[in-house]
Amino acid sequence: MGEPSVRRSWREHPLLHLTLCRYREFVREPEALFWTFVFPVLLAAGLGLAFRSKPPDVSRVGVLAGPLGETTAGALRADRGLDVRLYDDSAGGAALRTGRIAVLVVPVTADSVIYRFDESREEARVARLLADDALERARGRGEMVIGTDQLVRERGSRYIDFLLPGLLAMNLMGTGVWGTGFAVVDQRRKRLLKRLVATPMVRGHYLASFLFSRLGLLVLEVGVLVGFGALVFGVPVRGSIGALVLLSVLAGVMFGGLGLLLAARPRTIEGASGMMNLALLPMWVLSGVFFSSANFPDFLQPFIQALPLTASVDAFRAHMLEGASLAMLGPEVVLMLAWTVGSFGLALRLFRWQ
Amino acid sequence: MPPALSIHGLRKTYGPVVAVEQLDLEVGEGECFGLLGPNGAGKTTTIEICEGLIRPDAGEVVVLGRRWDRDERELRERLGVSLQETQLAEKLTVQETLELFRSFYRRRQPVDDVIDAVQLGEKRRARVGHLSGGQKQRLALACALVGDPDLFFLDEPTTGLDPQSRRQLWDMIDSFQERGRTVVITTHYMEEAERLCDRVAIVDHGRVIALGRPRALIASLGAQHVVEFAVADAISLEAVTLSSLPGVLGARSEDGRWLLQAAEVHTAVPALLDHLARRGAALTELRTHTPTLEDVFVALTGRHLRDG
Repeated sequence: MGEPSVRRSWREHPLLHLTLCRYREFVREPEALFWTFVFPVLLAAGLGLAFRSKPPDVSRVGVLAGPLGETTAGALRADRGLDVRLYDDSAGGAALRTGRIAVLVVPVTADSVIYRFDESREEARVARLLADDALERARGRGEMVIGTDQLVRERGSRYIDFLLPGLLAMNLMGTGVWGTGFAVVDQRRKRLLKRLVATPMVRGHYLASFLFSRLGLLVLEVGVLVGFGALVFGVPVRGSIGALVLLSVLAGVMFGGLGLLLAARPRTIEGASGMMNLALLPMWVLSGVFFSSANFPDFLQPFIQALPLTASVDAFRAHMLEGASLAMLGPEVVLMLAWTVGSFGLALRLFRWQ
Repeated sequence: MPPALSIHGLRKTYGPVVAVEQLDLEVGEGECFGLLGPNGAGKTTTIEICEGLIRPDAGEVVVLGRRWDRDERELRERLGVSLQETQLAEKLTVQETLELFRSFYRRRQPVDDVIDAVQLGEKRRARVGHLSGGQKQRLALACALVGDPDLFFLDEPTTGLDPQSRRQLWDMIDSFQERGRTVVITTHYMEEAERLCDRVAIVDHGRVIALGRPRALIASLGAQHVVEFAVADAISLEAVTLSSLPGVLGARSEDGRWLLQAAEVHTAVPALLDHLARRGAALTELRTHTPTLEDVFVALTGRHLRDG
């Protein structure tokens, strides 16, 4: 054999090789490509076309604040089927666009109002009828309230607009957690982890390679889904591309770290699968991917707001639909950073190498 | 010169099971040392403690003059390890796998040299999942060789391989040792230990029950040959009588067969046939072989290596 070499260039850095291995293993698995890239697009297409909206038990109605705002809101609150909140002009518009309210009631005079809503959403049509009814009842059936409809159909207020940022976050969670977790547990089961630990490999490099490999893949994941939404449904991206990239990186790395944490202990695929389902299921339901998390009762809200998926769904939605900048997304970004650092650090401590 | 590996008073238990009990060993630099014993004897636990993968409950392990609790990183740089039943990533190619392992070490061999050394040149771009068992095992060896180790631990490297693959692997271990490096190998194949090892320790129930050069251990039996035979049912023979036959040094029975340790086959076999004829016993089986480490193990424990 030849002389042992001592020089080391960046091309021979273990982190690069570990990361390359992650990529190679991923792209050489055709099923993984399908589930990562094609499946979410199919889901978005199916839901966007067929599933128009989900009528909630309570219709959420906004009232434009002003001299008549409080009276109008009081009249509407008499109907227990309505959840009424006061908004100023810009907040009301934003709430309407992001689906937090189904209709915005704008009081004009004591006996006339304007209803702003998207008539293509069943939920919005129902809310408009209920609101109209409640206002008439407040005045006694005899006196009509003159309601004028102002149809809002700008891009950003349809169900697909609401849905796509949620799917984006959910997909990043799925590929991050499952992709990372299964790879780790598979290597542990095959004792490859133990073999790696028997080399001088730096353990942090191994874990970091999973986060690095997420970066390249998520550019594709996000690009495919956002591009599809923009081209086929005209879903807006109102925030800056730079902020979208940063949010995606943050979400991707955060869910990768969560995957490492969930896979830190289990020895079998079944064990890991159980752990991941346990962690992910509440988020699928509660975090507001398919319908607004505001539908859940108030006592659950602090828990829901602390979930990593809620933070990323809210951030993507606010960025794409309202054009929020990173500075405006401060609370979500801080929460996501905390999850990233916490889960990566905890994974490194708890990790079972053998 | 300090020993490459020295172990004193090693002990490791798993709950109520004692895997290693009071084990002492010393392996010299440049030596090929074998740990021979049945499954469950404590070989793997011992070697994995030496590799720094398992912590012992008690005892002292000094590897290349260093200790795991103080010099882990330094030791990892200088050790080569082949674990029992490691499955390398199936989707990577031979070359990619070796480049990965090579990237971990400061001192290393060129990937091409190592691929040539383990005769995988034609499989360089093949995925690990498409390799045969023997090729996978050679790749596992190569993953340790890229780090140019001073001491190589191999845990049952040839289990499950066909005879030809096994011989190929032996040649590779030979050529590694010829460069003055130290090898510690576990096996339950006695012919492997006899072929490869300068010295062996026979391990049973977590203890060393015999230690020495394979030839010397076999010679300690005092027998040049082993005569194995069986007779038709209902005839009972006695060990004492058989032992006293001319040319026979000892006799014992197992599984319905008899094993005679013989100094000379040409006196022992005629005497045995004579004796059986007088007793009216019909032979159903007769063979002889030269003694092996297996016979040493049987003589010491009354069990076969592969019985576990």
